[in-house]
Amino acid sequence: MRWHRLAAIARKESIQVRRDIRSLMIVFLMPVMLMAQLGYGINLDQKHVTLCVFDREGSQRSQDLLKRFQNTEYFKLKRNYGSYSDLIGAIDRGSCRLGLVIPNDFSEHLRAGGSVAVQGIVDGTDDNSANVIFSYGQLIIQKFSSEVQLDWIRQRGGNTSNPPVSVDARTWFNEDLESRNFIVPGVIAIVMAVIGTLLTSLTIAREWERGTMEQLISTPVTPLELLLGKLAPYFAIGLLDTAFCAGICVWWFGVPFRGTLFALFLASALFLSGVLATGFWISALTKNQLAASQFSLLATFLPAFLLSGFAFPVDQMPVAIQSFTYLISARYYVAILKSVFLKGTGPITLRAPMLGLALFATIVGTLALRALRKNLD
Amino acid sequence: MASVNHSPQDHLGQEYSVIVENLVKRFGAFVAVDRVCFATRTGEIFGLLGPNGSGKSTTIRMLCGLLRPTSGRAMVSGIDASHDAEAVRQRIGYMSQRFSLYGDLTVIENLRFFGGMYRVPADLLSARVAWAIEMASLEGREDARTDTLSGGWKQRLALGCAVLHKPPILFLDEPTSGVDPISRRRFWELIYQMSAEGVTVFVTTHYMDEAEYCNRLALMYRGKLVASGSPSELKHNSVRGDLLLLECSPLGRAVEVLESAPGVRESAVFGNALHLVVPDCAASLAHLPRWLLERGITVTTLESIRPSLEDAFVALTTGYDERVAEAQAAAR
Repeated sequence: MRWHRLAAIARKESIQVRRDIRSLMIVFLMPVMLMAQLGYGINLDQKHVTLCVFDREGSQRSQDLLKRFQNTEYFKLKRNYGSYSDLIGAIDRGSCRLGLVIPNDFSEHLRAGGSVAVQGIVDGTDDNSANVIFSYGQLIIQKFSSEVQLDWIRQRGGNTSNPPVSVDARTWFNEDLESRNFIVPGVIAIVMAVIGTLLTSLTIAREWERGTMEQLISTPVTPLELLLGKLAPYFAIGLLDTAFCAGICVWWFGVPFRGTLFALFLASALFLSGVLATGFWISALTKNQLAASQFSLLATFLPAFLLSGFAFPVDQMPVAIQSFTYLISARYYVAILKSVFLKGTGPITLRAPMLGLALFATIVGTLALRALRKNLD
Repeated sequence: MASVNHSPQDHLGQEYSVIVENLVKRFGAFVAVDRVCFATRTGEIFGLLGPNGSGKSTTIRMLCGLLRPTSGRAMVSGIDASHDAEAVRQRIGYMSQRFSLYGDLTVIENLRFFGGMYRVPADLLSARVAWAIEMASLEGREDARTDTLSGGWKQRLALGCAVLHKPPILFLDEPTSGVDPISRRRFWELIYQMSAEGVTVFVTTHYMDEAEYCNRLALMYRGKLVASGSPSELKHNSVRGDLLLLECSPLGRAVEVLESAPGVRESAVFGNALHLVVPDCAASLAHLPRWLLERGITVTTLESIRPSLEDAFVALTTGYDERVAEAQAAAR
């Protein structure tokens, strides 16, 4: 391998990127667009869920219960309906997602120390959200219920100030339980996967399409020089984009960054190598820019989005799919990103996923080299 | 390195830069190059002449190691091109048929890039690039994007890129197709210059006038080598008989009746005249005008001419087609 040739290729490639408006858009606009879309668009928190009520009693007590719902940020009381069918209509129309029906003997039963049921109707179209809404609602009612119970005991001379057992929970790493903190670092992986493969998927195919490949392979350049020379500028661009995206995470989305820059960039360099090699490989195989860019989106964006665990946890996937995710390098990178941002884990602890990234890059790099033929056969 | 760099010599001490033995290239069932043999002397301009699709580009690509021969051998500078393509690539300059420099790079960027590819030493590169720009008359265009240049400029720049590293052998695949006549003329002046400096120039073309510039020619037709020699040898050896120029009207009718004219071996249209091959020049000059007049054709000119390369080409290819047809008839 000759550095001289490698440098000549790297210089040529960087001039071409600079002059190619399409590549520049990918480099500069894509990170911002993806960070904004995925950072804001994917929110697994259920907040301000619309709530409608059919309060058949309309007493102090029933209002008291409704206040509990209103005082959290999870629910927003939209309307108090006068009939059951109106409430059902509202759920059917989708104008509210949780309906509560309070019976007309609500406070009477409570005063008597008996039990009473409040009907809750949840829009279960989105089963995941429905579960979350339902458990929020249950929590509020349980708390209300235990307070009523304590009141009742106290009024009868009991000496209880608190429920007998309570959980003193502390959340680590993502203290506010913001799903954004969990998701946004992973977006870096999506951005890198898309930019990295999209940019490099064009490089070899472009040479074939424009006929420059024939001249290029008539020179004594070796496939390794061609691979490294062509990827070098994209590697630099990729790391700059990583830094840029990490900056957006911290300063725009307010995600805590507890790890070291060294760990972040080591992982990013390894991931980027694999991603760039993937694009190069696809480009060398297809020899066609359109096919290469389409295929590289399919091969990197979708798996990185769906199977990396960036928003949808891997351990909740079916077992067969879970084992498949081990083949996807974004999976390791996402795990590292989340640990580095939220936990501040160092590279030593993260050696297993780091090794996964290095292995992936080596294998795909070898395949890319083998796919690059220096002849026209 | 010196040992492999020695080109083979024959018993007269003549060096050969390119030796091709029984070279065959098949693409599936199609035989693009069929048992071709020839040798190129060091320092000469060797032309591979033939119509489109005759296998010229396939041959030159095999010589540059860009295509692998199905069988046979291609030795370039004493190295087998199919076994050690990289060693061959160090010693050659190649200009492909299609313009294949980077259109989005400037003139100087293209030159520097190929200088880097061929590892022209950094201290020599500037001098070589300046030389190439002067040679290609591209002064003042150094910073122009290559795709803004017209055909002739591009061609000369491509040549400049191919010879930056001073290769002893230069392969040019139809270098002047699509270039205006003045640019073509200038291009050939450059080729002569290089040949004078000892560079072996191997060029393919389908232009007859261009083929005349070559020291030696090999004629390819339907994948086969049908003849080789210097342009004058080809002209004199291939036309069996004397050559006559006939101007007459109507031309189309003349072509028909000449099929059965006594003492006319071949006739072919050249522009608005006909070239006839006859065994006896004097007899034909005496009798043919009358024979034609009897068939309603008026002759304006009938004269003896020296054969051109095109005549040789027509004679050789029709001869080839006839032999193939005879062989097929015999096989049936």
